[in-house]
Amino acid sequence: MNLPAHRVVLDASDISRSVTRIAHEILEDSKGANDVVILGIPNRGVHLAHRIGGLIETFEGREIPVGSLDVTMFRDDLRRGKLRSLEPTNIPACGIEDRLVVLVDDVLYSGRTVRAALDALGEFGRPRAVRLAVLVDRGHRELPIRADFVGKNLPTSRSETIRVRLREVDDTDEVVLEATS
Amino acid sequence: MTTWHIAGAQPLGGEPVDIVISDGIISAILPTGSTPATNSTLIEARGLIALPGLVDLHTHLREPGREDAETVESGCRAAALGGFTAVHAMANTDPVADSAGVVEQVWRLGQTAGLCDVHPVGAVTVGLQGERLAEIGAMADSAARVRIFSDDGHCVNDALLMRRALEYTKAFDGVVAQHAQEKRLTEGAQMHEGVVSSRLGLTGWPAVAEEAIIARDVLLAEHVDGRLHVCHVSTAGSVEIIRHAKARGVKVTAEVTPHHLMLTDDLVETYDPVYKVNPPLRTARDVVALRAALADGTIDAVATDHAPHPSESKDCEWAAASMGMLGLETALSVVIETMVNTGLMGWADVADRMSIRPARIGGLQGQGRPLAVGEPANLVLVDAGATWVVDPAAMASRSRNTPYRALTLPGRVVATIFRGRPTVLEGRLA
Amino acid sequence: MTRHLLSCEDLTAEDAILILDTAKRLGELSTGPMRKLPTLRGRTVVNLFFEDSTRTRISFEAAAKRLSADVINFAAKGSSVEKGESLKDTAMTLEAMGADAVVIRHPASGAPYRLANAGWIGGSVINAGDGTHAHPTQALLDAYTMRDHLRGGTGDLQGLRVCIVGDILHSRVARSNVSLLTTLGADVTLVAPPTLLPIGVEEWPAKISYSLDDHLPETDALMMLRVQNERMNSAYFPSAREYSRRYGLTASRMSRMPEHSIVLHPGPINRGMEIASEVADSPRAVIIEQVRNGVITRMAVLYLLLGGSESGLGDLVDEEATA
Repeated sequence: MNLPAHRVVLDASDISRSVTRIAHEILEDSKGANDVVILGIPNRGVHLAHRIGGLIETFEGREIPVGSLDVTMFRDDLRRGKLRSLEPTNIPACGIEDRLVVLVDDVLYSGRTVRAALDALGEFGRPRAVRLAVLVDRGHRELPIRADFVGKNLPTSRSETIRVRLREVDDTDEVVLEATS
Repeated sequence: MTTWHIAGAQPLGGEPVDIVISDGIISAILPTGSTPATNSTLIEARGLIALPGLVDLHTHLREPGREDAETVESGCRAAALGGFTAVHAMANTDPVADSAGVVEQVWRLGQTAGLCDVHPVGAVTVGLQGERLAEIGAMADSAARVRIFSDDGHCVNDALLMRRALEYTKAFDGVVAQHAQEKRLTEGAQMHEGVVSSRLGLTGWPAVAEEAIIARDVLLAEHVDGRLHVCHVSTAGSVEIIRHAKARGVKVTAEVTPHHLMLTDDLVETYDPVYKVNPPLRTARDVVALRAALADGTIDAVATDHAPHPSESKDCEWAAASMGMLGLETALSVVIETMVNTGLMGWADVADRMSIRPARIGGLQGQGRPLAVGEPANLVLVDAGATWVVDPAAMASRSRNTPYRALTLPGRVVATIFRGRPTVLEGRLA
Repeated sequence: MTRHLLSCEDLTAEDAILILDTAKRLGELSTGPMRKLPTLRGRTVVNLFFEDSTRTRISFEAAAKRLSADVINFAAKGSSVEKGESLKDTAMTLEAMGADAVVIRHPASGAPYRLANAGWIGGSVINAGDGTHAHPTQALLDAYTMRDHLRGGTGDLQGLRVCIVGDILHSRVARSNVSLLTTLGADVTLVAPPTLLPIGVEEWPAKISYSLDDHLPETDALMMLRVQNERMNSAYFPSAREYSRRYGLTASRMSRMPEHSIVLHPGPINRGMEIASEVADSPRAVIIEQVRNGVITRMAVLYLLLGGSESGLGDLVDEEATA
């Protein structure tokens, strides 16, 4: 019998560097972020979105619209599991019409959350383009979806679990790989 | 005729004796262990209580008219299994038992079934309409010899009509059995009016609607010196009125149903119409008062108000459901549960309230008699220690609307002997 | 876990707050030009209405359709009370059609209990008003509206002072509101003439009063109930005019209420009877908001009962489960 193995794959400074890099990449990709709207996917994607938005604001010296988008109602796997509670959706006042929307999530895995997010966006308008930023890409995609900005690519097996902890909710910044064998 | 030798039964729970029955009467009571005569059939009754055959003052047999719910024959089978040797068949049939013709028909159906005495109750008013007296005298003089008159299911609301009925029945020592329900106070009523009805949003059937009629009727009975019997008393207040009237010497008797001795209105919270009955299930306080009144004799009798209904009348929403519960096959068990096992009554009291006094109220010959030599052999043998689980599907009644479904009740009727012949042996129809 | 919504007594404070929070989230998803959410695609919701109630039926229909459920409207002409098809046979017909949820409105108190518990059908049952018993989704939308205005749209209703005025005796809205609002911590006072209060009301978790004027200055939310025409003809009170004078909400009465207070009414309103026109049209009256909140509240109930593999009331999974 083996105890579950815990391994910290990103520590606080790794996370900080990744978020900063993503912020720079978004600025570069959007040529100054003039029409960028950043939407985090609850829960931890929202905190990452605010960090990224905050950094871009510091770099550029102006306000970047940041919001949240709950995708639960758009998931295609709802009936396969127990009921999910809904999280806040908060679209910035400027809306998303003809904007460059950057979706932010903590972990990219099957891709189903992102697909649901793309559907959910449709409720609020038609963005000029949609980009995807994630802190960790752990592979095992089930849909033809890829991230535009990735903090860290982390090859995993399906039996492993990725835990992202952020100080806004978890009092600490770290990404932990938990394996049970 | 066969001779039966009942070995080791305990009359009214007393010392064991052997009871010999021949030619329809109790021919000998011998010390237990006596050798049965060679021509007799032995009924082993060690440990069983012997009671006089039970008499029900209030049974709905539904025939004629609703043979899908019950027939005289199926109702009599249920009665026999419940330990009854006489039942009173209520008048609210279709056609109504308001003429000599109909009561004689019911009486003959009972004779043909041969499982217990069936005494028709005659309607007080034509068609139970509460407008003019039915031919009460003709019914009394008929082959059925009707002595109890009731519009049960309906109250005789008109005070003058009630007065006349109480007066008129004096001519042949009849009795008017009143279903006490003030009409205006119970329009659309669905259940006891109280805390539970307020929560459930069901129109209330207030206690005062019963008590007001009983109060009026005992005053009328006193005024004309007539005999009043109060059907299915259900409230503590009614008990007080009857107690007071009896103390004044009014000729009033009263009955209580087994379900009002046991069940309370909170059962309605399920909205299961099996608990819908008229008068409705009341509160725990009423149950306590009813038990005490039965124990002290203020209430004279237990009467089943056995009211069979076909499944479609109960398998529906509450408001659409019919009122009524089965009672014959569970009555004695419920009385044992609520009155004997609680220490409120002994076996002699059970015999008094379920046989002797009901027979007297109904003016019956040969029923409700002591277990003594020379008396008609109507008796029931009860295994008081046994318990059984109520299974509606196993009942002899054609209907299934028992509120005791799946409950475990004490006391099993092992044998019923009707006019010297077993109708039930070993708990089954003989 | 509760598979049905039959009465507010079935809801814990946690359940109730979950429904209100879910409704709030759904409101956030529907700010713009609302289209359908795909959540209940392939699910069938039957609106089984034995009583005319266009408002409630439309609200449930809109809620189900916005969640992409297939909606079947079944307006039963007469209940079995009127010797139509029996409730049981109707229910079994719906079961054969594969209803995932039956939304039932019925004139008989307790009919939804029979539908849920008699073994006739397998789906969820949602009570859309039964006789004079309960109307849980109305109470939920009322609580939502009060919370939205007076508690910042979050948490419970601890300490909120609510007055419910009118025909309490025959009101399923009042019964459900007393239950739900007190579960959420509100202090409820029932105001009515004694003839329109049920025997037994003293055991309810509410204060009782015969005078509206006594309570106006200490009321955060005032709910006026409709007075049905048939009551006026059954000697519950001497005349419509007298009722209106003693229990109607006029502008001068409203002026004695606190600045922040709101006026609710389950509708349809009787202008000039229980509520004066100028009150109904004032900014304090939130009657139209109640209608909007009705749709998202009913969406929340449908989602919580049908959205997952099992009902979400009484038991909710952690949203962390899948990333």
